[in-house]
Amino acid sequence: MDFSFTQFLHELWIARVPLVQGLGITVASAALAIVVGTVLGIGVGLALTYGAAPLRVVVRGYTDFVRGTPVLVLVLASYYVLGTAGVQLGPFQAGVLALAVFCSAHVGEIVRGALQAIPRGQVEAAKAIGLTFSQTFASVLLPQALRQILPTWVTTASEMVKASTLLSVIGVGDLLLASQEVISRTFMGLPFYLFAGFLYFTINFGIERFGRFVEKKTHLPS
Amino acid sequence: MDYALNFAVVWRSFDRLLEGLGLSLLLAVGSIAIGIAIGLVLGFALVSRSGIARRLAGAYVTVIRNTPILVLVLFVYFALPDLGVQLEGIESFVATLAVYSGAYLAEVFRAGLLSVPKGLREAAQAIGMSRLQINASIVAPLMLRNVLPSLGSTVISLFKDTSLAAAIAIPELTFEARKINVESFRVVETWLVASLLYVATCTVLAALFRRLERRLAIPR
Repeated sequence: MDFSFTQFLHELWIARVPLVQGLGITVASAALAIVVGTVLGIGVGLALTYGAAPLRVVVRGYTDFVRGTPVLVLVLASYYVLGTAGVQLGPFQAGVLALAVFCSAHVGEIVRGALQAIPRGQVEAAKAIGLTFSQTFASVLLPQALRQILPTWVTTASEMVKASTLLSVIGVGDLLLASQEVISRTFMGLPFYLFAGFLYFTINFGIERFGRFVEKKTHLPS
Repeated sequence: MDYALNFAVVWRSFDRLLEGLGLSLLLAVGSIAIGIAIGLVLGFALVSRSGIARRLAGAYVTVIRNTPILVLVLFVYFALPDLGVQLEGIESFVATLAVYSGAYLAEVFRAGLLSVPKGLREAAQAIGMSRLQINASIVAPLMLRNVLPSLGSTVISLFKDTSLAAAIAIPELTFEARKINVESFRVVETWLVASLLYVATCTVLAALFRRLERRLAIPR
């Protein structure tokens, strides 16, 4: 290496604005994808568990298709296909849509697993005391399912932050692309890749710690 | 919208997609084989009695699992040459995915090692087996059988990660699909066929693992 640490700090200072903007886009795209993906995913999970047979088949096809396809392929397909279909979305919207679809399939599976883990007898008991399905869902199923869902859901959130790097491939100026632009200007690949990696690590490590905390909080004392 | 589906162009380039899929599989096999070796060593380290080994292995797993794989791929390909480590595209990607998969497989093996009943280890000790013998011929086979379901899903997810090789211009399935897309503008068809190839491969892999599970299951 023929550059010094002070040189790196100097370049870092020059590039501070695009890097911070990139970090903002990374966080925004991941957060948006998580929110949209979770809302869709809860619907997917409900459809998989309690839906009528035809709906179940369709939704099962959707989750299997999405889970069998690499996220990068989803991102590229969303970017190119939507444009051809006449839906004018920028790379950011197309990318976030792909991430949200990916997230929804995973959250759907988590929700299905949690709902199916609840003994059937409870639903029958709720019926026996005259609760409607929405009442049963809100006060019997959901509280128990959430306990199971939350820790895994936090892991999915960290997956989405990692997957958001793929948006750089379609030209979204996230933290990774911002770093790459700095690198192509300064030729300081090593320190800037390490720096970007360190920032991603910090975000995900924080999420992981938060997941542990949530797990502890939601764990039933036995 | 006046876009008529026309798969002819994609069928004409279908063998390119298949070649790409072949390279994807090759990348997956190569890196997962090395990754399993790394994962086994780390897995044993994670449950070892030595605190230093546990910590080192834990740090490796935490750092790798919390870093996006695309950053790792680009780092190894573009930044390591600055340190004098120059790898060709394919070797560089296989090395990266091996390091990456090692961290995920280590967690899989750790859970498997914890699932082996203590009594078996004690029984093996009682008949005078050495620690190496116990680990190699009692613990490892039992652990491998226990981890098959999670090993299967980890392997499938690592296979999907080979698509990132496209980012460093390795002509695997995603790279070929993108090229065909740009050349032919048959956008919908290209991506549909490419995704279906991935889905089909994942389905086959899942079926293979289920079959292996059934074959190796302890008869009751």
